[in-house]
Amino acid sequence: MTTTNNQGDNEVTMKLNRRRFIRHAATSSAIATAGALFPGISFGSWPQLANNSGLVSWQKAPCRFCGTGCGVLIGVSDGRAVAVKGDPNCSVNKGLCCMKGYHSVQALYGKDRLTTAQVRKNGTLVEVPIQEALDLIADKLKTTRELHGKDSVAIYGSGQWTIPDGYVASKLFKGCLGTNNVEANARLCMASAVTGFMTSFGLDEPMGCYEDMDHANIFVTWGNNMAEMHPVLFSRMLANRKRRTNVRIIDFATRSTRTSQAADKSILFKPQTDLAVANAICYEIINRDWVNWDFVNQHVSFHRGKTDIGYGTEDHFAFKDQAEAISFEEYSRFLEDYTPEKVEKISGVAAKDIKYLAALYGDPALKVTSFWCMGMNQHTRGTWINNLVYNIHLLTGKISTPGNSPFSLTGQPSACGTVREVGTLTHKLPHGVVMNQHHREMAAGIWDVPLSNIDPKPSYHTVEMFRALDRGDIKFIWIQVTNPMVTMPNLRRYRDGGLKGDRFVVVSDVYPTPTTDIADVILPAAMWVEQEGMFGNSERRTQHFAQIVDPPGEAMSDTWQIIEVARRLGFEQQFPWSKEDYIEKIWEEYRRFHAGPKHEMAPYSVLRERSGVQWPYVNGRETRWRFNPKYDPACSNGKDFDFYGKKDNRAWIWARPYEPAAESPDNTYNFWLNTGRVIEHWHTGSMTRRIPVLHNAVPAAYVELHPEDAAELGVVNGEMVKIISRRGEVTMPAQIQGRGVPVRGMVFVPFFDESYLINELTLDAFCPISKQPDYKKCAVRLEKA
Amino acid sequence: MPVFSYLATPKRGAKTTLCVDLAALPYCEVIPADNQDLVVLITDTPDETKEKELQKRLKSVQSLQSLSLTFGYDDHEQPGR
Repeated sequence: MTTTNNQGDNEVTMKLNRRRFIRHAATSSAIATAGALFPGISFGSWPQLANNSGLVSWQKAPCRFCGTGCGVLIGVSDGRAVAVKGDPNCSVNKGLCCMKGYHSVQALYGKDRLTTAQVRKNGTLVEVPIQEALDLIADKLKTTRELHGKDSVAIYGSGQWTIPDGYVASKLFKGCLGTNNVEANARLCMASAVTGFMTSFGLDEPMGCYEDMDHANIFVTWGNNMAEMHPVLFSRMLANRKRRTNVRIIDFATRSTRTSQAADKSILFKPQTDLAVANAICYEIINRDWVNWDFVNQHVSFHRGKTDIGYGTEDHFAFKDQAEAISFEEYSRFLEDYTPEKVEKISGVAAKDIKYLAALYGDPALKVTSFWCMGMNQHTRGTWINNLVYNIHLLTGKISTPGNSPFSLTGQPSACGTVREVGTLTHKLPHGVVMNQHHREMAAGIWDVPLSNIDPKPSYHTVEMFRALDRGDIKFIWIQVTNPMVTMPNLRRYRDGGLKGDRFVVVSDVYPTPTTDIADVILPAAMWVEQEGMFGNSERRTQHFAQIVDPPGEAMSDTWQIIEVARRLGFEQQFPWSKEDYIEKIWEEYRRFHAGPKHEMAPYSVLRERSGVQWPYVNGRETRWRFNPKYDPACSNGKDFDFYGKKDNRAWIWARPYEPAAESPDNTYNFWLNTGRVIEHWHTGSMTRRIPVLHNAVPAAYVELHPEDAAELGVVNGEMVKIISRRGEVTMPAQIQGRGVPVRGMVFVPFFDESYLINELTLDAFCPISKQPDYKKCAVRLEKA
Repeated sequence: MPVFSYLATPKRGAKTTLCVDLAALPYCEVIPADNQDLVVLITDTPDETKEKELQKRLKSVQSLQSLSLTFGYDDHEQPGR
């Protein structure tokens, strides 16, 4: 009897705790929404959870979701993460979170969480002990290399890999196994940002920081729906506009969004023509003599590259750009094709609006910050449009000072920290590139491997890697922390490729997904604060998190999975660490790659204490603005700016023309298809769709139509529409006058819902320089279903 | 056992009255904003019948201008694959 009563009491206590948690989530949601609508609103009478119960302990972590890098405090009770609040000590979000952040811990506890390893036997996935699965992976890796060569095996990770995850993946595959078949899904979301930085400045990642928002007068969002994709940063922008009288937000986009609604001015342009508009702004700045000549003469040089560069839709596509120095006069002549009046005809943007934008950038009294993310990066000329926005800031000298900032935002929590800084792309090393002898020597020295192990030739970028899997050039692929069977463009080809008989696919994940559906082995992964790790956010901030709760069942960190396999392959010497301190040891080894004032990283002990540290971290001081000697310890030329990434110590302005999209609407396929995200869901929804509040808010994907297109098609809200491209079709409910409204002739579909695989329709065309696909533009036709 | 939260906007000058009116209803918790005419309302009813009754009573609150739903949860719904 007593036992039964106790159990009953426990159940009641648990339900009450759970109930209280849900009520707090409800309260948090309301307060967060109020904060977004009324910046500065205060609810002083809301009691803090810790004060009420005294049972919850709080530990810091970065949020698991987007690239903003909000600091959160995770509330733990009885070994379970039960609550989240914004970390007031984190300068990124100063105590605020978005709806995904507030509900993030619920993603740990979905009912179908993967807790055991599975191996496909006779076509069926069978649960096995994880050690048996790791044995099989090591055996398959070994035999595949022996039979088919070192480049027949690959690893594909993501910007959600922790820094140690990516580091050990690169060390094993590039350093020990000798293949450059290391890629990450960040190729799909920010590769153009990288090549934009590299071609304009010679160094990756933003020169500014989020503090720019507290100084800028003008914000221009370039194809960037920050209200939904970076809501905490957007709130900070709105708060600044409310607090200061001289702040304006200009939304420049191909579709009306919540960002457009909140902006002071919304300017819509035809897809791909942002290239022409950016050039027209530069034309106008020069024509009106708004150039900052002191800055340009001292710190800028002019260049052009190849044109008519293709789209990469064919296998084995290769392209190498070639920079040629030009004079300012030649650049100025190039821009004569881009007068505002000429560009109005190409872009649909009124010449007066182009002149208005130019006047904002050109006014020396205004500080201007430009934000962008997927709209500019997922673009067949993604590198170019990144260059062109830098051109505007460079012509006017509005860069590297508080409030003057061309700011490329990232979408994933460690796209910067892991993929860009650790270098988990085929051509990269933790410091530099595989093509550079000195960089290979450094890597071989730190990794304790023979120099000859590191192949000087890059192999496959992401799209080509999955093409190689389809062709059979790659036979073994290990996919961690990502869901390519939802996210790859032209998806059907790559799913069919992965399913071919002699391919071996390993997937490490936390929930079943369309990618685990094609796996031969599934490894249950520890998620977020179930392991120790670090992320790196959009503003060069490295953020450490401790293991706060235990992973379920046999789930194991992705880092440790790789270490286990490496040791089975005979690399004990390179992977010698113990489970107690492997993250600290890996960090301190990795940090050696970045020694020096340009990229010095904080030591482990400092990272543990703080809610993130910005690099370069030199002599105990973080760097807010790079290339500016007032803030950046790497500046050494004695001038007011030092663009030390390029050999000529100057930032490069590029003459890049407008070229059309790879596929545009025609008589048969007469609509643009644009894809993207919604605020409630993270990427493919594999986590957020298991959070009841978020799932119920947006339970299924939909196709947004312009009301007049919907009327012509004869559909009303909720009716089914068939969308057909040259590659596939999908039928889904219509949304008209919802949160987003596309222009006439365009439809928009969010990609979070695996029930509607919109990427079966998209085109695998990419920017020839960055190799990043364009998910924003292909041609479709519509039918009422 | 539904839990909902709302942003409640009072009629002009009726914020204090609205707080009193809402707090008097069963299953309701009220958090007024300190510096805006806005009130957060959290409802936590034991079952659907009580929820429907409460919804009816909310509609009759005279000091209430509008309610915007910000959160909804029901124990019976368990999303997954």
